[in-house]
Amino acid sequence: MDFATPFDINTAINLGLLGILLAILGGIITTRSLLAAILLMSVYSLVSVVWLVIMDAVDVAFTEAVVGAGISTIVLLGAILLTRSEALHIKWQDVIGPAAAVLATGALLLYAAIDLPALGDPSSPANAYVGRLYIEHTPHEIGVPNIVTAVLSSYRGFDTLGETTVIFAAGIAVTIMLGFGERSLSDLPADVRAPNFDNLAESDHHVILRVAAKMLAPVTILYALYVQFHGDLGAGGGFQAGVVVAVAVILHALVFGLRDTMHAIRPEVTRGVSAVGVLIYAGVGVIGMLNGGVFLDYDHLFPVAFESGLPGSHLSGGHHHWGQHFGIMFIELGVLATVSSTLITVFYAFAGRSSDAEVDIHAAHAPPAADAPMRASGAAKGGAGA
Amino acid sequence: MSIEAVLHLVGWALVLFGALLAFLGAIGVMRFPDIYTRLHAASITDTGGATVMLLGLALISGLTQETGKLAITWGLIMLTSPTAAHALANAAWSAGVQPVIGPYRIVKGKPDAGSPEADGKGDA
Repeated sequence: MDFATPFDINTAINLGLLGILLAILGGIITTRSLLAAILLMSVYSLVSVVWLVIMDAVDVAFTEAVVGAGISTIVLLGAILLTRSEALHIKWQDVIGPAAAVLATGALLLYAAIDLPALGDPSSPANAYVGRLYIEHTPHEIGVPNIVTAVLSSYRGFDTLGETTVIFAAGIAVTIMLGFGERSLSDLPADVRAPNFDNLAESDHHVILRVAAKMLAPVTILYALYVQFHGDLGAGGGFQAGVVVAVAVILHALVFGLRDTMHAIRPEVTRGVSAVGVLIYAGVGVIGMLNGGVFLDYDHLFPVAFESGLPGSHLSGGHHHWGQHFGIMFIELGVLATVSSTLITVFYAFAGRSSDAEVDIHAAHAPPAADAPMRASGAAKGGAGA
Repeated sequence: MSIEAVLHLVGWALVLFGALLAFLGAIGVMRFPDIYTRLHAASITDTGGATVMLLGLALISGLTQETGKLAITWGLIMLTSPTAAHALANAAWSAGVQPVIGPYRIVKGKPDAGSPEADGKGDA
């Protein structure tokens, strides 16, 4: 970037986006409403997405859009359903220590940022050594057009296995704390067992939502499959596709009620699949070891005799690296399985807890109330197990 | 002037017009008295502004693959944006939020007129 002309159009756009981000940050810090803060964080992510797209980091932008603006918002909304939606009032004396720590860290980061190389500097460490090797070697070593996927899945497949395991572990941690949400399937009394929109209003207010959700959910899953299998060619891959699948299931749960969704996609299935995904990933690595390579070496995914017999194989003079192609496809499927089912499990945990809370309310205010505040709580939950 | 240049000009004009619509919608969200009128402003300008913008972009891109993608995007917006507005209004109504009915007066220092007290004043 040319800093000699500070007001070219790119710099102006960057400064504008930075200003918007700062304004949103100010809003997040000052608002007392946790609901508003969560929605502002979602907006913050969306503005960041614009910024990342401008910097040509479309894979990162995609991830930020689905994770930062999408699923994080849903999980955080589920979290405040279990607690409260207003921040506690804190004495200003108690804020001094944390504020000082935050400001000191921020000052250190700003000081460090001075030494960062300019955007796209070809001699910067990130671009000069290993990054350049990836760009030079991907076409004839991996053979996938999207270098980001090649780096993520093949060159640094071990790191990605770690990330997948972290997601799996996070799902385990959440369910250990909150349970699997299965109580909302079985233990509830009959009159609150299906606490979806049907109970909230006598007339069917929600036929529009149902129709729209029925039209959107299958298309969403189709799009997830596109993202999954298009990851070699463009932005996308298992992580993004997994989140999109989870979002489709969550949409179903929001509109048709948690119980129906839990009957369609059983909690024990999502639990199992999230473990199976990590196993698929690690299993692909072990197969490479069995065929004489190292862990996660997709060049040894198939025995040499078998792969050289495949059409257009690079071992017999072609240009297809079938081991790499199928290795990346299998581990991305593992990532898809783990990410989607872990997120669904986490959603079940939160939403199942809030239907427990709903049961407590019902028990405290028998008979099942149809008065306005009750309906408010149900509708605001948007059926997130309401 | 070739036909493509004309299409480009018209396309850019439509994109700017769509942006203007969205901006007017944002002003409406800030200025209108209660959630229903605000939703009205937001959802109509959102859907309409996006439609006009996508139409402009389609004119700019011509009959290519991009136009098909823009058409799909338009279908998605036409499906989701009004549904979201409907869901919000429905939730507000279920929560017992009453619309402000009657002559609308700008009350200084009281931007949120959706509360029951403001509603009472509006009826008077």
